[in-house]
Amino acid sequence: MDLGNRFGDDGIQWGAILKDAGLAALVALVLALLLFGVRLSDGGGGGLEFRPWWVVIAVAAVFAGRAAVALWIGTRKPASGTALPWFDRAVARLSEHKRLLFAAFFLAVAILPLLPVADRRMVDLATLVMIYVMLGWGLNIVVGLAGLLDLGYVAFYAVGAYSYTLLAIHFDLSFWVCLPLAGAIAALFGVLLGFPVLRLRGDYLAIVTLGFGEMTRIIIINWSSLTGGSEGITGIAVPTLFGLRFTPSPAAGETAFHQFFGIPFGGIHKLIFLFYIILILALLTHLFSERMRKLPMGRAWEALREDEIASRALGLNPVLVKLSAFGLGAMFAGFAGSFFATRQGFINPSSFTFIESAIILAIVVLGGMGSQVGVICAAIVLILLPELARDFAEFRMLLFGGAMVAIMVWRPRGLLAHRVPSVRLGQAPPGALRGGLP
Amino acid sequence: MSALASPDAAVPAMLEVAHLSMHFEGITAIDDVSFSARRGEITGIIGPNGAGKTTVFNCITGFYRPSVGRIALDHEGGRFLLERMEGFRIARDAGVARTFQNIRLFPRMTVLENLLVAQHVKLMRASVFSIAGLLGLPRFREAEAAAIEVARGWLDRLGLVKAADREAGTLAHGQQRKIEIARAMCSEPKLLCLDEPAAGLNPRETAELNRLLLDIREDYGVGILLIEHDMAVVMGISDRVVVLNYGAKISDGTPEEVRNDPAVIRAYLGEEGDPPETNSRGPSPGRGRP
Repeated sequence: MDLGNRFGDDGIQWGAILKDAGLAALVALVLALLLFGVRLSDGGGGGLEFRPWWVVIAVAAVFAGRAAVALWIGTRKPASGTALPWFDRAVARLSEHKRLLFAAFFLAVAILPLLPVADRRMVDLATLVMIYVMLGWGLNIVVGLAGLLDLGYVAFYAVGAYSYTLLAIHFDLSFWVCLPLAGAIAALFGVLLGFPVLRLRGDYLAIVTLGFGEMTRIIIINWSSLTGGSEGITGIAVPTLFGLRFTPSPAAGETAFHQFFGIPFGGIHKLIFLFYIILILALLTHLFSERMRKLPMGRAWEALREDEIASRALGLNPVLVKLSAFGLGAMFAGFAGSFFATRQGFINPSSFTFIESAIILAIVVLGGMGSQVGVICAAIVLILLPELARDFAEFRMLLFGGAMVAIMVWRPRGLLAHRVPSVRLGQAPPGALRGGLP
Repeated sequence: MSALASPDAAVPAMLEVAHLSMHFEGITAIDDVSFSARRGEITGIIGPNGAGKTTVFNCITGFYRPSVGRIALDHEGGRFLLERMEGFRIARDAGVARTFQNIRLFPRMTVLENLLVAQHVKLMRASVFSIAGLLGLPRFREAEAAAIEVARGWLDRLGLVKAADREAGTLAHGQQRKIEIARAMCSEPKLLCLDEPAAGLNPRETAELNRLLLDIREDYGVGILLIEHDMAVVMGISDRVVVLNYGAKISDGTPEEVRNDPAVIRAYLGEEGDPPETNSRGPSPGRGRP
């Protein structure tokens, strides 16, 4: 119900508010009668216990809440353009110094694990966040730039993880050899999956990609001779630093990391090492996609997102443009998947469920489609906060949902929805660029 | 091949549309239409609403595949049978650019970016599938600088240099129309198809548009196909005019000839004392006019 239209210039219409709140209370009554009002009694024997006060409280709360919301919407000043214009201006100003900000961010993150306060949990959490930042940047190519709504991105993450693992275990290849191979296999997979969905757009594309994501997971579960089924695969080796292993007791004739540097063994060394790997991988993803955006191919992605018909009329091959976005996006998921496998040491299909796709997509959308910084912010909000709030485990989903609603109300285009042009003529007068999107 | 008597037969036609028909599930949108267009000329296509003008355009630019007929484009790049080509190939290989009745800029990209996307084919070649671009090789950077200069030249011509870095969707309607034409021209077409470029323009802007189209014809020697309702535009700048009515061609000739053609007058005004029935289907006197 659109409450905003109920109020003319002639002040607050109490009748409309009361009617609206009454309707909401009625709905609450219907729901509460059975949900709150009746309960199986503890005494056994299947007797029912009635709790009329619960119903009254629930209905009264809904009535009051709805009336308050209606009042608030009715009395506030009409919004001028986008919500929170000052935020838009701040974002626009910050975007002008994007490079500096990124350099500062990566530097700060790079120093983080070396600080004395860094413990295992902290480094581990930072690693987890970076994985999602990288996945978000990868998916950003597909969703944010090319505008192809992909709900099955986790499939490529899984393909990367499994191809890395299988290559590493069966062919005894090192991490640094397997990583590009896994990325290439995931990219190939992306192109293959891209073919049948070329003609689809929007909702239809989303549904089909969602299906592909689930299919990939189910194939992994059922192809147990290769993938170990739902048991997964264990014993994935941790990468080495130029041949130095992170182990307290190296094999004979081998030097471990701590021996080489003459420091006592610490479990955190391995975590810090893993963190730097994902930091470099994420940095690569960032640099690559920022660079691509300024190239003809990247502009073609954005053009396709904006208007496919006009793109075709300008001679852009939509097949090539879409498949390249799918393939490159999948490649970065493949890299991230390889890293995930080596970090965990084991993989099984339960790590690649739909909810993962949904979280990665939420990171991209909440961050602001196409915004690189937005992905970082959203990944921190969506990954770090739930991890830190583990004590309130029951309320995690509630917080998650609340944050989503809040962002969609105040920032419907995402946290940082400012688009910086890929190229400038350099003669634009100051202020010619609009903050935020129209 | 052409049944047309062209006044200046020495210049061969660049675009030959022959016996073009398009059926949509039993509805005939265009019925056996033949006409031709030459380079360096503006060919106007006019007709009442629903006459099939945009359908002809969509067939030429590959958005529809015609049911019957041949659309041949001849220029120094070769001979192209457009009715068999995919839309993006018609734009990329045959050199046909178009604009749209409802403007189709890339609204959230800047004006400059819009003009660069139009030069995609050239830039993509220079970037060697993005590899040279990713490495920042001079070969690509030079190509991009050149493309930006092309765009700047167009913006200069339109007096819109200041708007270069603005989001295209934020410009005024008339400016967007001009940018769309400039974008089409940035793809270096041989044939430029404009679908109602004067729609929604005020008289001053319409006059500017006329000037722009005449300049484009003069400076680039492209053939221009023009669908237009505004008679001031069509009659003022077209070298030839093709008139469609109910999917069929009813007249073809210079603006002067067409203006005085009784078939055209009937189609537009209705015959005196015999109003709407004249619009009924069937061979009209003007059809196949010598």
